[in-house]
Amino acid sequence: MSSAETQVKEESVNTMHGCILYVEGVTVSFDGFKALDDLNVYIDDGELRCIIGPNGAGKTTMMDVVTGKTRPDRGTVFFGQNHDLTEMTEYEIAHLGIGRKFQKPTVFQNHTVFENLELAFHTNKNVWMSLTKSLTGEQREKTDEVLETIGLVNQMNLRAGLLSHGQKQWLEIGMLLVQDPRLLLIDEPVAGMTHQETEATVELLKSLAGKHSVVVVEHEMDFIRSIANRVTVLHEGRVLADGKMEDVQNDPKVIEVYLGS
Amino acid sequence: MLKQISQLHSLRGWIATLSLLGIAIVVIPSLNIFLPQESFFHVPDYIVSLFGKYLCYAMVALAVDLIWGYTGILSLGHGVFFSIGGYAMGMYLMRSIGKEGVYKSDLPDFMVFLDWKELPWYWYGFDNFSFTLLVILILPGLFAFVFGFFAFRSRIKGVYFAIITQAMTFALMLLFFRNNTGFGGNNGLTDFKRILGYSLHEPSTKMGLYVITATLLFLSYVLCRYVVKSKLGRVLTAIRDAESRVMFSGYNTLHYKLFVWTLSACLCGIAGALYVPQVGIINPSEMQPSNSIEMAIWVAVGGRASLGGAFLGAGVVNGAKSWFTVAAPDYWLYFLGSLFIVVTLYFPKGLIGIFTRFSPAEKTKEISR
Repeated sequence: MSSAETQVKEESVNTMHGCILYVEGVTVSFDGFKALDDLNVYIDDGELRCIIGPNGAGKTTMMDVVTGKTRPDRGTVFFGQNHDLTEMTEYEIAHLGIGRKFQKPTVFQNHTVFENLELAFHTNKNVWMSLTKSLTGEQREKTDEVLETIGLVNQMNLRAGLLSHGQKQWLEIGMLLVQDPRLLLIDEPVAGMTHQETEATVELLKSLAGKHSVVVVEHEMDFIRSIANRVTVLHEGRVLADGKMEDVQNDPKVIEVYLGS
Repeated sequence: MLKQISQLHSLRGWIATLSLLGIAIVVIPSLNIFLPQESFFHVPDYIVSLFGKYLCYAMVALAVDLIWGYTGILSLGHGVFFSIGGYAMGMYLMRSIGKEGVYKSDLPDFMVFLDWKELPWYWYGFDNFSFTLLVILILPGLFAFVFGFFAFRSRIKGVYFAIITQAMTFALMLLFFRNNTGFGGNNGLTDFKRILGYSLHEPSTKMGLYVITATLLFLSYVLCRYVVKSKLGRVLTAIRDAESRVMFSGYNTLHYKLFVWTLSACLCGIAGALYVPQVGIINPSEMQPSNSIEMAIWVAVGGRASLGGAFLGAGVVNGAKSWFTVAAPDYWLYFLGSLFIVVTLYFPKGLIGIFTRFSPAEKTKEISR
């Protein structure tokens, strides 16, 4: 423990082959209903990927599997080439560098905005460290930077429960940023946001790609178009189509199940 | 370290806390010792004993508040930890009776009565005070740790956790009711004579116990305050509000819950050990399910997630109980029930909420700077 102090030893994630996340042959069923059916998805290191699909396509279940909330019946999920996520618990996966934003904004309502970021901050998170250490000056600076990025500097001492819906979404993204993950899974980031807020979110997510790998699940087609990158369409727990936005949009199968409706 | 402790309160907060400590360990003893009996301000001995009991309850309330108010885990079994501490102290007090019991035997009276020839192995060592202290500090925590490990690892929470803690206290009560268990059956342990050579019937011994209790309560308070003001405290309330978010932020919540659960049990055990020499008896009725529920009510009435609230609740409810059991014993449970309902409905933050609602510190938290 002594060597750890406030620094965390970096886990090595092997991305030699350019891929950071391998979801292979994953099947999850709930009472006979197959939420995921032999799903294969690969995310490249540093890429910004959108995942779309009608309700019940398995988007959120896929995130649950990757973050350790749900165990797959079959299949493997690898983070880099060397970490089998199906063997790990939620907090171990989070520590390894996978951050998740929930569909419904989930922040600590009774903590201030600053405290929310403090709790999420990437540092040694065992009991003893939490009891005896607080943020170092350097970590505070990083937190202030993130506050700037998510536009909540003036609200830093406000209870998070009092933020507007859009601000909560941003705070949650901010919590992911201070967690400094290799891979961000973001579930419906612009739900309930105004047009301006959506635009700002697009900018933010675009700026994150490269340094982090980002997977965004979204319904909002305008939003996906504005990100305009590689898109994966899920349908009934499988990949229906995969490719550039323009190609996917013109795919007759996709039009039939999703875009056409 | 000292600097960190001084930051636990604002100056005003420290003044208030230290004045309370001063009243408890200086003013009340002085009013008891130096004023003549007929003086209006004289504090009689029985009041000192009563306060000593309340202070033990306040320590229990702190413990329950840590686990329930701050971490959101409702325990209805804290009577067990209280009793384990109490029984350990009781065993020491039994052993120090020596041959002065009714049967003039080296064994405790109830063992002679059961015709036991020698001391059971688990009574060994309790003639030694240091050993007893060690047991008081370790055993409630150890028991809680093992119980909590299995419960929290299986992710048992909410009402299910409350129910199994209630079952735990009920099961242990039945176990201790048996004469063969070796803790005096339903009579429990009583007829204590002395502690560390001081007679328990002397007012000065009682005063000593009271002052020790008040001091330890103050130290427990500072410890609890340190815990809840640390980042760990913020993790605990975060677990209460959104546990999955805490896990996805990279915290192993099992360790956090186990830590606070064990700490809470330890405090409760110490409170039990202080309680027994002051009231002179420990028996299985301390493990009645209703006792543990009452502990939760103290905290609910005083105000969850506020250490001051826990104090206040333990004081108000037990003060009312003392008064009722003399003046109108039949109505006590009705009163307790109504109090609980009224506070829950109209003062969701408990009685302490009435005060903090007007405090400037709370206001700035509500409204943006």
